[in-house]
This record gives sequence, structure tokens and C-alpha cells, in this order.
Amino acid sequence: MAEYRRLAINEVGDVTVVRFRDQKILDDLNIQELGRELSRLVEVEHRQKLLLNFSAVEFLSSAALGKLITLDKKVKAADGTLKLCDIQPEIYEVFAITKLNRLFDIKENETEALAAF
Amino acid sequence: MIPSEIGAGRAVETEVLGQLEEHGWSERDVFGIRLAFEESVVNAMKHGNVLDPEKRVRIRCRLADDLMRIEVTDEGPGFDPDAVPDPTHDDHREKASGRGVLLMRRFMDRVEFSEKGNAVLLEKRRSAEGD
Repeated sequence: MAEYRRLAINEVGDVTVVRFRDQKILDDLNIQELGRELSRLVEVEHRQKLLLNFSAVEFLSSAALGKLITLDKKVKAADGTLKLCDIQPEIYEVFAITKLNRLFDIKENETEALAAF
Repeated sequence: MIPSEIGAGRAVETEVLGQLEEHGWSERDVFGIRLAFEESVVNAMKHGNVLDPEKRVRIRCRLADDLMRIEVTDEGPGFDPDAVPDPTHDDHREKASGRGVLLMRRFMDRVEFSEKGNAVLLEKRRSAEGD
């Protein structure tokens, strides 16, 4: 498996659980790298079921949201499934304000999310 | 004044947020101010100054009692914030960018762009406890 600097990858059954290594996702270079690593999961490693676990994330900017939207498009193009979970209240508010909570399938926690695949 | 290099505003941001935390501002207030600060500085550098190393971004911050004021000015041509498409509209929701101004407006109490559009004033009043 390729090395990931921004992500921690774990497999639970046929679901790839992705955690973020950064508590604050805001530096542009890190966000670019994050985007490349997320794309690699789908386009190079052909992972079909992705769960992004945000439990470690305290902050993210709109540039990071852009990478998540790009990932969502790639997953859909590959007929895969993407879910998000464990999003802290302030960050969930960012998703709600931008109405991205309607674009993404967001679950309360990892257990609930894994059961929904 | 900081150069148009992404990350150059980080020291200012850390200083400002550190002061808010010292003065006991809530996590939600600090989160919103960090977000508005980040979005405005990145906009100024990327879209305003188009990352031109010759151009600078001026950041002025003032914390007075229960009011945080941040002014961010770039050396670009400015833009019309009202011309930014609504990123929550169905036609734009899947675009990868264009959410910064919306987030500033929702997390801050006052967001005012200069007539030219190359400067933004952000204000946040400290939330009452229990808000």
C-alpha cells in the first residue's frame, strides 16, 4: 500500500476507513496533498467503499471542502460509496451552512456508518 | 503587512486566536473567527494578489472588550462580493470553491467589503455564555 502523509488508512471488512492526521486542515500545501491522497484511494487503489472519519479534525477551511467535493465526484464516477462520520458540531455547522450536508451521507459515528454500507 | 505566501498569515492568526482563548472566548466564537480569518486571508492572497510575491496583504486586528475586529486588505483589483454565485444553490453546490464569503458572513456579525472590493472588515461580538 502506498504511503499516506495526510491520511491514516484502516480496513474494516470491505470498507476503507480514512482518518485525517491533521487536527486543523487549512494549510494550502497540506490541502493539495490531502486532495491527491484522497484521489489516489479511488483512482489508483480503486477502493469502492470509503468512510471518512473526522473524529480528529478540529478545524477545516473551505479549500478542504473543495477536496471532499472532488472526492465525492470521483467516487460516484467509479460507482463507489462515500460516507462521512464523527464530525464535530462546529464543523458540521460548516457543512450545514454550505448545504453540503445534503450532498454527503453523514453519519453520527463510525459504527452507524459501517452498518449503513 | 505580510507577503502573499500561503501560510504567512499563520503567525498573526495564532497570536489573535491565542488572545481570544486567553480572554475566555467560547470555542464556537474562536472557531468562527479562525474560519473567517483564514477565508479572508486566503482570498486576499490567492484571488486578490494572485500569489504575486511583490504584493502584500495588510492585516489589522483589534480586540476590545467583547469585540474582535479584523481588516484584511490586498493589492489586487478587488471584486464584487455580490456577484459571487450562491454556493448553496443546486447549480453551484458541487463546485469545489466559492464558499469563503458565505462562511464569513454566517460566522461573523459584520462583514463589509470596501467599494473596490479589495478590503474586508470582519467583526465578531463575543457570544453570551450559554449561546
